[in-house]
Amino acid sequence: MSTASHFVPDRLQTPLERRLKSWESLLMLVAIGIFIANSFASPYFLNAWNLSDATFNFTEKAMIAFAMALLIISGEIDLSVAAIIALASTAMGAAVQVGVGTPGLVLIGLSVGLLCGAFNGILVTGLGLPSIVVTIGTMSLFRGISFIILGDQAYRGYPSDFAFFGQGYVWWVISFEFVLFAIIAAIYAVILHMTNFGRAVYAIGNNATGALFSGIRVARVKFIVFLMTGLMSGVAAVCLTSRLGSTRPSIAFGWELEIVTMVVLGGVSILGGSGSIPGVVIAAFVMGLVTFGLGLLNVPGIVMSIVIGALLISVIALPRLWAMWRPR
Amino acid sequence: MKRILASRELLLLVAIGLLLGLISLRFPAFIAPSKLVDVFNDTSPLILLAIGQMIVILTKCIDLSVAANLALTGMVVSLINLAAPGLPITVILAVAIGFGALLGMFNGILVWKLAIPPIVVTLGTMTIFRGVIFLLTDGKWVNSHEMSDAFKAVPRTVIAGLPVLSWIAIAAVILFTVVMTRTSLGRAFYAAGGNPHAATYAGINVGRTQFWAFTISGALAGLTGYLWVSRFAVAYVDVAGGFELTVVAACVIGGVSIMGGIGSVPGALLGALFLGIIANALPVVNISPFWQMAISGGAIIIAVVLNAQANRTPGRIILKRAEHAT
Repeated sequence: MSTASHFVPDRLQTPLERRLKSWESLLMLVAIGIFIANSFASPYFLNAWNLSDATFNFTEKAMIAFAMALLIISGEIDLSVAAIIALASTAMGAAVQVGVGTPGLVLIGLSVGLLCGAFNGILVTGLGLPSIVVTIGTMSLFRGISFIILGDQAYRGYPSDFAFFGQGYVWWVISFEFVLFAIIAAIYAVILHMTNFGRAVYAIGNNATGALFSGIRVARVKFIVFLMTGLMSGVAAVCLTSRLGSTRPSIAFGWELEIVTMVVLGGVSILGGSGSIPGVVIAAFVMGLVTFGLGLLNVPGIVMSIVIGALLISVIALPRLWAMWRPR
Repeated sequence: MKRILASRELLLLVAIGLLLGLISLRFPAFIAPSKLVDVFNDTSPLILLAIGQMIVILTKCIDLSVAANLALTGMVVSLINLAAPGLPITVILAVAIGFGALLGMFNGILVWKLAIPPIVVTLGTMTIFRGVIFLLTDGKWVNSHEMSDAFKAVPRTVIAGLPVLSWIAIAAVILFTVVMTRTSLGRAFYAAGGNPHAATYAGINVGRTQFWAFTISGALAGLTGYLWVSRFAVAYVDVAGGFELTVVAACVIGGVSIMGGIGSVPGALLGALFLGIIANALPVVNISPFWQMAISGGAIIIAVVLNAQANRTPGRIILKRAEHAT
């Protein structure tokens, strides 16, 4: 077993040398390396507008990844996030057909996300069911409802001011989505690293029984994290729907895999108990840069998914292989 | 414990009987023997995969790569058939089982030797396997006219009133019922998932047992891969897309506990039949096939809740949890 998953998170200030060897700085090096490689590989890479476009590859996924990071640190997982996007987007599309305006649409998207998160949370924390199976179930239930409502049809006709969330720019090449991504990252960094709640999340992931006996309301904390994951899926649904301008039941298909990959790549232990938000932020950039770079080189999407899948496995496998073969 | 398991399967059998009765009230033709044979034949691939998945889940693992394995193996045998149409079917069958087993071993070795959580491994290999199909074919299909007649005939050949596909499913049910209840490997699967620490002290290598579970699941997925592409006479990247969830659903409905150690071959068989009957009944009772995804999702959740109720020990659950955590 790696020591990382049992590391006490509230350690004292680490010396500079140790901080340089951390997962986050390693990942940062990888990100810089990919950035340099990309700028040599394609002449179109170093262009402010192209780079701005590239951020759309990861901003929506990363918003969910932050909440997912808390969930995985607390020892649970939610595989239904992409299906929540589909259901929230379908609900917004249906609301458009009866003439609901932009504020109403946003409200509907966020509430559907929250409700789905609450449904998962009740099943997992209220009934004590394993989150993997529950969310595999709700994954097909939520997307299934979208399929029942939409079939092979699509919702269109979103109001023009609704387009701002996914297509608007705040200043020059800085998109609204990117600003939202940065704000959400900051909020989650504060929640996880500077509040009692964040400390409770680590404690639960390391030892749920111990946390319970030290006065942490384990079920309630987990339920809140499920709510947060649902809400973030709702936020992502608003951004994605606004960016695409239409809703199909297959929207965001397979995103759960990429989001879990992003979290694990960011150094969060899949067994719970350790990880950080800055790590997930860098991982989001790494994945965005890889997808964008391969896209510029005309690599088809399904080949990129091989890269993502291989990345997911090797990120966990390599440190363990290294630990096995390291001379003692 | 044994009594709970027995009643669990009986419960499912009653539920299936009620379901059939309900459908036959409106559509008596649905329970005609020839139609039921059709339904069983149609469910056979799901039965094969559910048996493999059940063994994996018994050992506290999960295999989300079965559908991708099926698609990749199906494509590989189709390409072999395309390149060498004269190759005897026994060779094709051996290649399908062997190649599928190899893919399963890849999952198994990562879980055993590197102790990577099975859900991460198989989420990763799921996309890798599908991606490899694309690399092999550039996204092209292998169509009916490119497959040899012998290649396509196997699952459809009728022997004693049943197609070969059904006979293979029946053979697998019998074979694995014997393996699970009458061999030491079968007992090891239960022990490795039911109580890994006790299993280790009893001399069972838990990691290696999980490796064999993945290998069996992979071999069955490979076999099903050949049967699937030859039955539908087409192979492409998205064959059986998302089918892994249906397979997990069949297991959960069949009373297999996701925490490991609880489950049986008859349970997996009944779980698969339950979903198969629903899938076949939907068009008959005039409900859009788009309902199927939501129904299997709902069925998973209901089954998980029922499983948890059946296995719940009254009293100090907190301490029970603590035992599992360490």
